[in-house]
Amino acid sequence: MGSVANLIVFYILGAFITVSSILAVTSKRMLRAATYLLFVLIGTAGLYLLLNYHFLAAVQLSVYAGGILILFIFAILLTTPKGDHVEPGDKRRIATGIVTALAGVIITTLVTLKHHFLYVQPAAIVGDHEINMKIIGSALMGTEKYQYLLPFEALSILLLASVIGGILIARKR
Amino acid sequence: MGKALFILGIPLFVFLLTGLAGKKLKPFATGIIGTIGIAIATLISYLIACEYFFGIGKVDGKFQEIIPWTFEWLRFTDKLHIDLGVLIDPISVMMLVVITTVSLMVHIYSFGYMKGERGFERYYAFLSLFTFSMLGLVVATNIFQMYIFWELVGVSSYLLIGFYYTKPAAVLASKKAFIVTRFADLGFLIGVLILSFYTGTFDLSELTANKGSLVVATTAGASFMGLSVATWAMALIFMGGAGKSAMFPLHIWLPDAMEGPTPVSALIHAATMVVAGVYLVARLFPVYVFAAPDVLTMIAYIGCFTALFAAIIAMTQTDIKRVLAFSTISQIAYMMTALGVSGYGGHEGLGYMSSMFHLFTHAFFKALLFLGAGAVIHAVHSNEMANMGNLRKYMPITHITFLIACLAISGIPPFSGFFSKDEILTSTLENGHYILYITLTVTAALTAFYMFRLYFNIFWGKREKTYEHKPHEAPLSMCLPLIILAVFSCVTGFIPFSDFVSSDGVPFATHIKWSVAVVSFNVAMIGGLVALLFYARGSFASDLIVERIPKLYHAALRKFYMDEIWMFITKSVIFKIICYPIAWFDRHVIDGTMNALAIGTQRISSSIRVLQSGRVQFYALVFVLGTLLLTVWALYM
Amino acid sequence: MIQMEHYLIVSTIMFFVGIYGFVTRKNLLAVLISIELILNSVEINFSVFNRYLYPEHLEGMFFSLFGIAISAAETAVAIAIIINVYRRMQNIDVRHIDKMKF
Repeated sequence: MGSVANLIVFYILGAFITVSSILAVTSKRMLRAATYLLFVLIGTAGLYLLLNYHFLAAVQLSVYAGGILILFIFAILLTTPKGDHVEPGDKRRIATGIVTALAGVIITTLVTLKHHFLYVQPAAIVGDHEINMKIIGSALMGTEKYQYLLPFEALSILLLASVIGGILIARKR
Repeated sequence: MGKALFILGIPLFVFLLTGLAGKKLKPFATGIIGTIGIAIATLISYLIACEYFFGIGKVDGKFQEIIPWTFEWLRFTDKLHIDLGVLIDPISVMMLVVITTVSLMVHIYSFGYMKGERGFERYYAFLSLFTFSMLGLVVATNIFQMYIFWELVGVSSYLLIGFYYTKPAAVLASKKAFIVTRFADLGFLIGVLILSFYTGTFDLSELTANKGSLVVATTAGASFMGLSVATWAMALIFMGGAGKSAMFPLHIWLPDAMEGPTPVSALIHAATMVVAGVYLVARLFPVYVFAAPDVLTMIAYIGCFTALFAAIIAMTQTDIKRVLAFSTISQIAYMMTALGVSGYGGHEGLGYMSSMFHLFTHAFFKALLFLGAGAVIHAVHSNEMANMGNLRKYMPITHITFLIACLAISGIPPFSGFFSKDEILTSTLENGHYILYITLTVTAALTAFYMFRLYFNIFWGKREKTYEHKPHEAPLSMCLPLIILAVFSCVTGFIPFSDFVSSDGVPFATHIKWSVAVVSFNVAMIGGLVALLFYARGSFASDLIVERIPKLYHAALRKFYMDEIWMFITKSVIFKIICYPIAWFDRHVIDGTMNALAIGTQRISSSIRVLQSGRVQFYALVFVLGTLLLTVWALYM
Repeated sequence: MIQMEHYLIVSTIMFFVGIYGFVTRKNLLAVLISIELILNSVEINFSVFNRYLYPEHLEGMFFSLFGIAISAAETAVAIAIIINVYRRMQNIDVRHIDKMKF
C-alpha cells in the first residue's frame, strides 16, 4: 500500500523535476529561470524525503532554496537593470545542445538499464529507516572510521575562504 | 718544488689586481706591483732551477720529470681527462728562467719606455697576463693545458700588439696576428684531437714515455691519404707551432706585430711567445722522432728555408724593428732546423740540445736588441734607419750593449750566440744534412751582414747627422735592463748546456768542433766586414748592388710579396671558392630549413588557434561529446 | 517499490538538461543555474546509491551534504565574480568573456 503511494509520489516528483529543469534552462527571463531552479531544488528535497534522508532534505531546502537561490535573485536583480530579457539564442548552438543532451541521456540511460546493480532487495529498505540525528551528529564530529571531522573542518575553511574571496572580488574599488 | 705554483699564481694575481683595480691605482703603483710580482716569480724560478739541477739532480744518471702539483679539471673517460698541473723538467725549468728574466727586464724597462703613456696600468696588466699564460704554457703537464695557455698567450699578444688601439695600423696588425695564429692553432687542435683519439690520453709524460711507444703502438696501421695517422697528427700539431713561431709561410704576422710597444716586441715577439712553437716540438720530441720522422725532416727543411728567406728580407728592410722581426724569424728557424735534424739520445740528440741552447741564448740577446732598438726609438722618435746615425756619441750605453748583442747574434766568439749557433751547425753537419749546413752557414753570413748594417746605420754615420731634438741617453730604468741583458749575452754561452738539457734527459759532453767553428766565425766576419764597408763610412757601394739586382732587391723589400700572396689566396681562393658557397648554403639551406619550420609552425598554429576560442561553452561541449564518445567506445568497441 | 534506475533516469535527465543549459545559454547567471542543476543531479545519485546499494553506511549521504556546502561556496564566489564582470563590462554575456584567450 505504502509502496504504491510512494511510487505515485515519485512519478509526480520525477515529472515535476524534469519539466522544471527544462524550463529553468530554456526560460527567456532570468527571474523565472531562477524560480524554476527553486522548483527543481524543492523536488530534489522531495526525492531525499522519499529516500528517507530527512536531514539531507532539510539541508537541501535551507541551504539551496533558502541561501543560494536568494543570492541568485539578488545577482539577477543587480545585473539585469534594463528589464529582464535574454537575447534569443543561436539556432545552431541550440540544435547542437539538444543533440548532445539527447545523445547523453540516451547513452547514459542505456548504460544504467543494462547494468545489473548488486543492490539489496527492496524489502530490506522498505520501511522506516530514518537516520537518527544523533548518528549524523556523531559521524560529523568524530574521527573514527566512517566519521567526518576532517572534511567537515576542511569545508568550514573553504566556506571561510569563499566568504573572504567573494567580498574581495565583489567589492568596489 | 711546490713553490712552482707561485710562479704561476703571482702573475695571475697581479693581472687580476692591476686589471680590475688599475683605474683606481696610480699608474706608477700598478707598474711597481707588476714588477715586484714578476721579481718574486723570477726569484722563485731561479730557486727552482738551482734546486732541480743541483739539489735533486740526476736520478739514475737522468733528469727526472717532476709533477709537484696537478688536479683533474675535466674528465671525459677513465683515461681521457684534462688536468691542470705543473711539470718540472729540464726544458720547462729553462723556459721558466728565460721567461721570468726577460719579463722582469721588460717590466723594469717599461717604466722608462712607457712613461706617461695612456693606459699604463692596462699595459702592465696585460704584461702580467702574458707572463702568466706563457709560464702556464711551459709547465703544462698535458697537451690540452698547453693548448689552453697557447690560446691565452695568443690573446695577450693580440691585446698588446693592439695596445695603441687608436692607431689603425696597430689594430690591423693585432687582428692579423690573431687570425693567422688562430688559423694555425686550428691545425694544432685537430692534431691534438687526432692524437688523443688514438692514444686515449692528453698527458705529455705518457705520450713521450719510452720513446713515444704509446703513440707508435696505438697509431700503428692507421693511415689517411697515404700517410700514417701519427704523421698527420704531428704535422698538424707542428702547424700550430709554425703559426706561433712564424715559420714560412705563416710568418706574415710577426713583422706587422712590431706595431706594438717595443718592450712587448722584446718580450713576446722575440724572446718568449714566438719560441713556443719550438718548445712544442721539443716537448713532443720523442713522438716526433719515433712516430713521425718524416714530419721532423719536413720541419728541418721548412726551418732552413725560413732562415734563409727571412735573412734575405731582413737585409733590405729599413724599419729597424722589422729588421729585428725578420732576424727573429730567421733565428727561430735555426732552432726548428736543429730540432728537425736531431736524433734521440746522447750525442745523437745534439740538435735538440743545440736548439734549446739557441733558444736560451737568443732570448737574451734578441730581447737586448729589441730593448736597445726601443731606446733608440725613444731617443729619435722614429723607426726608420734614415732618421738615425751617429748615435754612438749620444747614447754610449745603448751603443755598447747593442754592439754586444750584434756580436752575439752574428756568432762572434766569445759571445753567447757563437756557441749555440755553432752547435746547431755541427748537428746539421753530423747528421749528414749538407744542404742544410751550407744554407745555414750562408744565412749566418747574412745575419752578420744585416745586423751590422743595422748597427752601423744607427750608431755610425754617413755624415754629421743633425737632430731637431738632441738625442739623449735612455733613463736608468731602461739602461739597467740593457746592461743586465748584455751581461747575460756575454756569459750564457759558457754554460755547459748539454749537462742540463738533452733529448732523453741524460747529460752528455759536447765539444766545439773547430772545423765548423772556424768556418762560421769566418763567414760571420765576412758578413760583418761587408756591412762595415758598405755602411760605416757612408760609402754607397750598397746602392751599386741594388742597381745590379733591382728585381731581387725590390722583391725582398716587399717581403717577397708574401702578404700579397696570402691576400690573394684568402680573397680570391678561400672566399670565392669556399666561403661564398658556404655562406650561400648557410643562408639558403640551413636558414631556409629553419625558416620553413618556423613558418610551418606558425601556419599550423594560426589555423588551429581558432579552436582556442576562449569560449568556455565550446570547451564544455567538446568535453562532453568527447566523454560520450569515449563511453560508447569503451562499451561497444 | 520504486526501482533504483528510475531515480537514476531522473538525475540523468537533470544532468543533461544542465549540460544543455551550460552550452547554450548566454547569460552567465543562466550558466551558473545550469551548473547548479548538474551538481544537484550528482548529489541525487550519491544518495540513491547509498540508499540502495549500501543502506547500512552513510558515505553517500555525507557526500551529498558536503556537495551542497561546496556548491554554496562555489555559487557565492561565482556570483561575486559575475558582479565584478558586470561592473567592468556592463553585461554578463559569456561571449564577451574571451579576453583570456590566446
